[in-house]
Amino acid sequence: MNLIAIETSTERLSLAASAGGRVRESTRVVGQRHAELVLDALDALLAEAGLDRRDLEGVAFGAGPGSFTGVRIAAGVAQGLAFGLGIPVLGVSTLEALAEPAGAPRVIACLDARMGEVYCAAYERSGEAWTAVAEPVVCPPEDVAVPAGRGWLGRGSGFAAYGDALRARLGDALAAIEAEAFPTAAAVLRLATPRLAAGAGVDPADAQPVYVRDKVALKTSERG
Amino acid sequence: MLVLGIETSCDETGLAVYDTERGLLARALHSQVAMHEAYGGVVPELASRDHIRRVVPLARRVLGEAGASPADLDGIAYTEGPGLAGALLVGASVAASLAYARGIPAIGVHHLEGHLLSPLLAARPPAFPFVALLVSGGHTQLMRVAGVGRYRLLGETLDDAAGEAFDKTAQLLGLGYPGGPAIARLAESGAEGRFRLPRPMHASGDLDFSFSGLKTAVRDLVRGEILDAQTKADIARALQSAIVDVLVAKAAAAVRATGLARLVVAGGVGANRHLRSRLDAEAARCGFEVFYPELELCTDNGAMIAFAGALRLASARDRGSATGGAVAAEGPGPHAFTVRPRWDLAALAPAAELA
Repeated sequence: MNLIAIETSTERLSLAASAGGRVRESTRVVGQRHAELVLDALDALLAEAGLDRRDLEGVAFGAGPGSFTGVRIAAGVAQGLAFGLGIPVLGVSTLEALAEPAGAPRVIACLDARMGEVYCAAYERSGEAWTAVAEPVVCPPEDVAVPAGRGWLGRGSGFAAYGDALRARLGDALAAIEAEAFPTAAAVLRLATPRLAAGAGVDPADAQPVYVRDKVALKTSERG
Repeated sequence: MLVLGIETSCDETGLAVYDTERGLLARALHSQVAMHEAYGGVVPELASRDHIRRVVPLARRVLGEAGASPADLDGIAYTEGPGLAGALLVGASVAASLAYARGIPAIGVHHLEGHLLSPLLAARPPAFPFVALLVSGGHTQLMRVAGVGRYRLLGETLDDAAGEAFDKTAQLLGLGYPGGPAIARLAESGAEGRFRLPRPMHASGDLDFSFSGLKTAVRDLVRGEILDAQTKADIARALQSAIVDVLVAKAAAAVRATGLARLVVAGGVGANRHLRSRLDAEAARCGFEVFYPELELCTDNGAMIAFAGALRLASARDRGSATGGAVAAEGPGPHAFTVRPRWDLAALAPAAELA
């Protein structure tokens, strides 16, 4: 399938395109300049892949959790492209994308959520697919779910920001840490490809971010 | 030229389809007022989250009503600023990507330019040049408008916007958010003259405004009164009279100072009936004409963005230029979508003269 994937939940702009089974990827650190750069970078990637935008058959995006603005840019771009081209969209969890490239079969994916918290989930590989042993949550590193068994690989910026707290919490379950890992569009694309092929893509109106952190303000009645 | 307009600068998602030959074909609006009410004001993150749920369904709706599909569009206009950064980004990202997918231009529109030009969508549009009184919850400005993109600031508020004074008074009176329309309704049954509020900068000799002192005056007033229904109505009446007095005096002074014969009123407060009747009376007395946008086009909407974008895209096309009127930023590629949460209207480049 001719697909593209957009992942902008971190300070990186990560794009991937597949054409005829061949995947091309472009990832770079852009800070907060995703909006300014994403479509021109996509245009360049499509040209490199020899793909006309009208040949695209689906759009995948990193749906979050991550930077609120970042995941909304990915969702907005995915919506606009899919609406304009009349093709389906698929959102993929950034935590699952963080787990995907790991060589290990058991991964604790953990991203820094700021404000003393992390976005965290645990995945176990069964064949080609991942099963969420612990679904994505936002919580202090001291409270993350400790998956059963040993040999878990900890991946992501959560381990860079709160390494000590997470090591103390996860104890013997944790076998190794890759704190520099981040979710990439290539991983989003790999996860999305079989799902889009199976018809799991949705209408662009239903392509929504998954914020996980849902309490963002206090109602008047909740203020002291 | 068929243009889709997308407005997401604050708490309303507005979509519309405008055709340069056939006029406004369809429009739709989703207001988030009910959602923000529980928070006592607009929560920017919640506004953004709502916009991204609404844009595509509303775009489909207006395209359907216009009997068009994305493939029929010649351009997409979106509000580039000023406004809430995250909210603006939703409209910008969908607009720019949709335009990229269709291989058509996307153009960022200045929100206030949309308001300024919205009276041109009325059945009886004003001719250029005119004086514009732009008065809303976020802005209070007098401009001299010579053409699309040819704006000169004559005066503006030094602190709060007029609409803000309405909203803050409503809060003090326990009328909830947003309070402008509630104050206006209440003022209908209020007695003129029971309370007297200051007319800030009424005699300042320039065309600037200041409304923050009114809020303080209302707070002092509220403190000394038992707030029964009639007292609330009387305070609402006093506030509305004070604001309208100042707006009418300054707008008339701006018309005199510029020697122009037309005044255009735009922005949410422009829907206020008392303001309209007072301006009409002043215009009759002084011999100038007043133009208002349709009531539905006073508040934020997609139609004014589609319209302003279409004027600029058509003007750019006629000049053989691919870009619109926004001053091109340096560096970004042709498909960059930027937003400008703060954006001075005077920084806009003029469009070519329109027929």
